[in-house]
Amino acid sequence: MAETIGKILFVLLVVMGAFLPMITWVERKQSAVMQDRIGANRANIAGITVLGVLHPLADVLKLFGKEDFVPAGANRVMHLLAPVIALVPAIITLAVVPFAGVYDFGGENPFSFVIADVDWGLLYVFAVGSIAAYGTIIAGWASNNNWALLGTVRASAQMISYEVTMGLSVVGVFMCFQTLSLQEMSLAQDSSFRLLGFLEHFGLFETLPGWLAWIQVPTWGIFLQPMGFVMFLTCIMAENKRPPFDLPEAESELIAGYHLEYSGMRWGLFYTAEFLEVPVIGCIVTALFLGGWSIPFLDTQTLIGGIGSFFGEGFATGVVLVLHVHAFLAKVVIMIWLQMLIRWSLPRFRYDQVMDLCWKIMLPLSLVNIFVTAVVLLWFQEVVG
Amino acid sequence: MLAEYSGVLLLLLVALIVAGVMLLVQQLLSPSREFAEKQEPFECGESPIVSPHQRFSVKFYLVAILFIVFDVEAVFFYPWGALFMDLGWFGLIEMATFVIVLGVGLAYVWMKGALEW
Repeated sequence: MAETIGKILFVLLVVMGAFLPMITWVERKQSAVMQDRIGANRANIAGITVLGVLHPLADVLKLFGKEDFVPAGANRVMHLLAPVIALVPAIITLAVVPFAGVYDFGGENPFSFVIADVDWGLLYVFAVGSIAAYGTIIAGWASNNNWALLGTVRASAQMISYEVTMGLSVVGVFMCFQTLSLQEMSLAQDSSFRLLGFLEHFGLFETLPGWLAWIQVPTWGIFLQPMGFVMFLTCIMAENKRPPFDLPEAESELIAGYHLEYSGMRWGLFYTAEFLEVPVIGCIVTALFLGGWSIPFLDTQTLIGGIGSFFGEGFATGVVLVLHVHAFLAKVVIMIWLQMLIRWSLPRFRYDQVMDLCWKIMLPLSLVNIFVTAVVLLWFQEVVG
Repeated sequence: MLAEYSGVLLLLLVALIVAGVMLLVQQLLSPSREFAEKQEPFECGESPIVSPHQRFSVKFYLVAILFIVFDVEAVFFYPWGALFMDLGWFGLIEMATFVIVLGVGLAYVWMKGALEW
């Protein structure tokens, strides 16, 4: 129990305490850099601005001081409940994210850095993710506003459409790793293979130049399922409703869409959820496709053995744990940067383009991806054994 | 087994507390000056003349129906994918049969124009 509470504290401190405020700052600063502006730089304490890092703090204080507005004719209970339903799924998705691997400290059970180390981790991610759609739908419906309702019907159709493709685009990943648990997937990605090693079975291996024959690639999802990676990232970004998929909000058409009638911290909860989703997406994509906490070409046993030969086994395990947490967070930061880059590079899609992309392009493509993966895997099993 | 679930429940509790506290602090700090004009639903300065709680485009309903069909399909893929290596070629052919049936469905929906916006 104490262990679980410790992990929850770590996750909340890192993701909600550090990543969340920094992302609101990065969002403004990165867009400023990309558009040749200066960006947020005014908030200060006694004249010290620290590059505008204090802006998230000022934003929160401002939101607390705003009037809590409920429009006439709105459903007051649902209006209050909607932002909570939007925020809670974003937080509890973190329960199955493996921040580091499994380590044997000589205790009763090996230490596994996941809040809930469950077999059905990926199912849980999708189940919780679909609850988030309810927050959006209830918000627009309860607001008694035409713009908000337009945003809501757009959001509901977009989110449920992309849920299908998101579910299908990762099937290839757990066909490769034969598990639904995110921790077990990360463990399976903690190794590497020779990219052209399969040519050995045709006797072609000797014909290759030596350096080409020994190119090593980590067994990460992104190398086994490049197609799945691109489609999953697209779908999960569409689920988050940030640009270029921000049709439910679309300032220039719907003013602000489903959260138009929200102010103060109720609005703040919607935005907290949206910004929190960015590192959460980073975590899930990292665990599925970027090898989770693993360090490329240095698997856990090698690391513990290498460091352990100087400082002893127990100490080495602790050091490797810290290294793995940092490797994981570094990959999450890269994913956040990538999402921000996409968000500020692409203009908003038209609604028919969003739906066509989902139903006419990615749905057939993800089915093809599954069957190509299936045939290749079975063929490998027969040839390589 | 129960210990696994306790982590999820505990985090759910923490999440609810975080959301609740944020809303509560605002209730305590924020001003409240309500009057009839301000409480009106926002419509760019005009008084709303139609209620939002009426009919809207049937397209969205259609998408929801398609979602049910294809999401159930996606659910069937999950146990199959996780046990794929054990099922082998037999499992692949079984699944291919299932997907061909659904593929015909998708083609039908496509040709009927249900995917057009």
